[in-house]
Amino acid sequence: MVLPDFSIALPEIFLACAAMALLMVGAYRGNKATSLICWLSVLSFFIAGLLVQFDGYNNVTTFDGLYRDDAYGVFMKTLCLGASAFAIIMSIDFNKREKLVRFEFPILILIATLGMMVMISANDLMTMYMGIELMSLSLYVTAAFKRDSVRSTEAGLKYFVLGALSSGMLLYGVSLIYGFTGTTNFDVLAGLFTSGGEEAGIGLLVGIVFMVAGLAFKVSAVPFHMWTPDVYEGVPTPVTAFFAAAPKVAAIALFLRVFVTPFGDLVEQWQQIIVFVSIASMILGAFAAINQKNIKRLMAYSSIGHIGYALVGLAAGTEEGVRGVLIYMAIYVVMNIGTFACILSMRQRDGMVEDISELAGLSKSQPWMAFFFLIFMFSLAGIPPLAGFFGKFYIFIAAVNAGLIPLAVIGLVTSVVGAYYYLRIVKIMYFDDPAEGFEPTSRTQSIIMAASGLFIVFFVIFPGPLLEGAQAAAAVLFS
Amino acid sequence: MLDWPILSTVTFLPLIGVVLILLTSGKEESAARNARWVTLWTTLFTFVISLFIWINFDNNTAAFQFVEKSSWLGNNINYHMGVDGISMLFIILTTFLMPLCILASWEAITVRVREYMIAFLIMECLMIGVFCALDMVLFYLFFEAGLIPMFLIIGIWGGGQRVYASFKFFLYTLIGSVLMLVAMLTMYFIAGTTDIPTLIDFNFDPHLQLWLWLAFFASFAVKVPMWPVHTWLPDAHVQAPTAGSVILAGVLLKMGGYGFLRFSIPMFPEGSEYFAPLVFALSVVAIIYTSLVALVQKDMKKLIAYSSVAHMGFITIGIFTFTQQGLEGGILQMISHGIVSGALFLCVGVIYDRMHTREIARYGGLVNRMPRYAVIFMIFTMATIGLPGTSGFVGEFLILIGAYQVNTTVAFLATIGVILGAAYSLWLYRRVVFGELVKEDLKNIMDVGRREMLVFAPLILVAFWIGIYPEPFLNVMHASVINLMDQHETAMQASKTILNAAK
Repeated sequence: MVLPDFSIALPEIFLACAAMALLMVGAYRGNKATSLICWLSVLSFFIAGLLVQFDGYNNVTTFDGLYRDDAYGVFMKTLCLGASAFAIIMSIDFNKREKLVRFEFPILILIATLGMMVMISANDLMTMYMGIELMSLSLYVTAAFKRDSVRSTEAGLKYFVLGALSSGMLLYGVSLIYGFTGTTNFDVLAGLFTSGGEEAGIGLLVGIVFMVAGLAFKVSAVPFHMWTPDVYEGVPTPVTAFFAAAPKVAAIALFLRVFVTPFGDLVEQWQQIIVFVSIASMILGAFAAINQKNIKRLMAYSSIGHIGYALVGLAAGTEEGVRGVLIYMAIYVVMNIGTFACILSMRQRDGMVEDISELAGLSKSQPWMAFFFLIFMFSLAGIPPLAGFFGKFYIFIAAVNAGLIPLAVIGLVTSVVGAYYYLRIVKIMYFDDPAEGFEPTSRTQSIIMAASGLFIVFFVIFPGPLLEGAQAAAAVLFS
Repeated sequence: MLDWPILSTVTFLPLIGVVLILLTSGKEESAARNARWVTLWTTLFTFVISLFIWINFDNNTAAFQFVEKSSWLGNNINYHMGVDGISMLFIILTTFLMPLCILASWEAITVRVREYMIAFLIMECLMIGVFCALDMVLFYLFFEAGLIPMFLIIGIWGGGQRVYASFKFFLYTLIGSVLMLVAMLTMYFIAGTTDIPTLIDFNFDPHLQLWLWLAFFASFAVKVPMWPVHTWLPDAHVQAPTAGSVILAGVLLKMGGYGFLRFSIPMFPEGSEYFAPLVFALSVVAIIYTSLVALVQKDMKKLIAYSSVAHMGFITIGIFTFTQQGLEGGILQMISHGIVSGALFLCVGVIYDRMHTREIARYGGLVNRMPRYAVIFMIFTMATIGLPGTSGFVGEFLILIGAYQVNTTVAFLATIGVILGAAYSLWLYRRVVFGELVKEDLKNIMDVGRREMLVFAPLILVAFWIGIYPEPFLNVMHASVINLMDQHETAMQASKTILNAAK
């Protein structure tokens, strides 16, 4: 009997072992060890990141074709690991002050991230499902993590019920696909539909549609977005920060891989679904956010809109489109981390506040925080020369080149509508008279703010590395 | 030719000022003083350096000069800078107006001075960048990024309705620009490059040109602004601080006109030819309608804002005549309007600083207390009317000559606009400056001080210089304008051949 090549999945195996080891530490030392565990988790992410970068494998599969390691995976995994690490770092202060110190929190994020990496590397519908469930189950628990709070538990429960429903749909789609093709392997599936191959039957299409529904839930695209605002608002803010970045990246990564690799030749069949989903997300994201008073709820709608833009790149169905999505997601993650670092600093003497109106006059009381918040808002709105513009730019280049000009026009027009609510935050910070003001920002939060802010401002000068990385990653999916 | 990258130097020099301001610390008062001086010296220095562009400029060639090129985003999107006879004067205009703006806000701005100066310096960098950029993406970057500092300038240091005005300004301009972005992406897809000189030589499909032209028009028409998308301008002007209005009227509006000259006409000759009657119609409506609207305004700034719309109407007519007189008149009128309307806003600013009202009815008889002010205001009123000998005359006259060659009706209607322009300007002047000095609070008003004289003196000088001896300005343009017309002519021929072949 020949053993499969475990070394290809080394980063994942390492992360799994690290999670278990840290769990043991926690079990023996209790909540006292929380900050140690937090920093050790961040260290594990870092080591896993190094393993991902330097394991030297390129486009190989293992475990009988269930698992794939390629440049695309490297790009996406690095993003996920980074986003998760920052989510943990941002949570440390917050949890301490809110008396939420529990050692399980970083470990749950660790396990969720492991699930994400499995999703990204999935080369089979079964692996994909395993990854999704590992991530989702951890996310449900983190959502309800503030267990004495009604809001948090309600959000967790809501997320769990709807998430289970979507997993069911996804699984149903998988079973239909298996039933009509006789395989769950991505490579075999891809081989079936290459030119001159099989026609896609109606059963298979129904299966694909169910898969879109399941995946759209995970990325919170319209019309499967309903959980997002409630969950974002209900869960503790560091959890929101985590939800907004890493799981979205992993789900988008999976979305791209599934639709480009196995079903890439069926692009005409699924393109219109994706176009619809993306238009609906962009429009809802732009209009529904206008009247929000809670900053976290606003960010939820904003993330729905941003996923809509990312899906424009998928709808193009070209290598350029995928490259656009990768660039977009990378920039999106940075903007989100920065924004949530600001939101986590919205602390007054008697606790956290989430009302947008509390930001009034921030530019006077805390000029630097207001300045970075301003940078993130303009960047989210996609105003050049900030990084957010380039995300949109590459997406829409791909859309125009794929002949989807109406989609590009709708996308850009909704971005103007969206600009309104980002501007409103700037207006409140810069044009209004000061409100109560916040406690000074903690050092970690300030560093994260400054780092992501500088990335966003200076991306225009050094765009090369990210563009090249995304280019190489996208090329793999089409080779 | 110089052997150092002068365009990048001039463009990014203001950012060094920003860094210096950030480095200075200290108490509010001293920090504000330092910020003022740093900004003044930076802008003056930038102006001096920018003069080297003019000095070393070769009037005899239509090619782009002082070209800089280095790779940036890859895939044929490069950092490409350069100027020709069309764009060069706008750079000088920008760098010329900036120190005056800073001087004009010396005492008027008392809160958050550092931020104000930083916003203006960033604004200067972006405005110069727009006129230097020879790559569409780079152009778009500068063009759009300017919204951010201007939004803040109007919103933070503006008047009572500043929030409404700043949002309207931002969103109006943004919606126009995103349509332009779609057109740019389409052009990139077809031509495979965003390099402006290459795209000028590229012949786009005549049918597609119409769409591309409309998309660019959406952006530039808002920026110019043309009737009926001009409504953001009166709001923005009225609410912006004085220096903000000067920059808006002096430079930002010119970006629209410059866009027509740089993109619409050379790249889409067919579209420009096809839609020229539309432009004429909108411009004529703008000239007559907004002049009439200006007549009934009660707010001085609003009146001048509407007059800007009317004057920009002349400019678009001149540009779309495709004649040498019309084009050169259009460019010269843009420069002159930048000086004159900027100066008029400064004139309003002078009395606004003293009385904190812009209502015309609150003034009257200022000549008794402020003789120097009356003279200055008189000069610029005459210049905006287009009295021979002032800068307004040359541009307007050339435009009307150009228009007359193409369409006599348009020329006739535009001339009516000149009469109306005289009416509202003179009436404004009479109501503010002449008459009895009866208002109690005006009896102690001070005449213009030394600092204000320093602001106005260069403006007066240039207004007369262009009016009396416009040769140096026109010489710069000749080669480029003739080249632009030739390009238009050959492109029209080429697309005719294509259309005939299609038949």
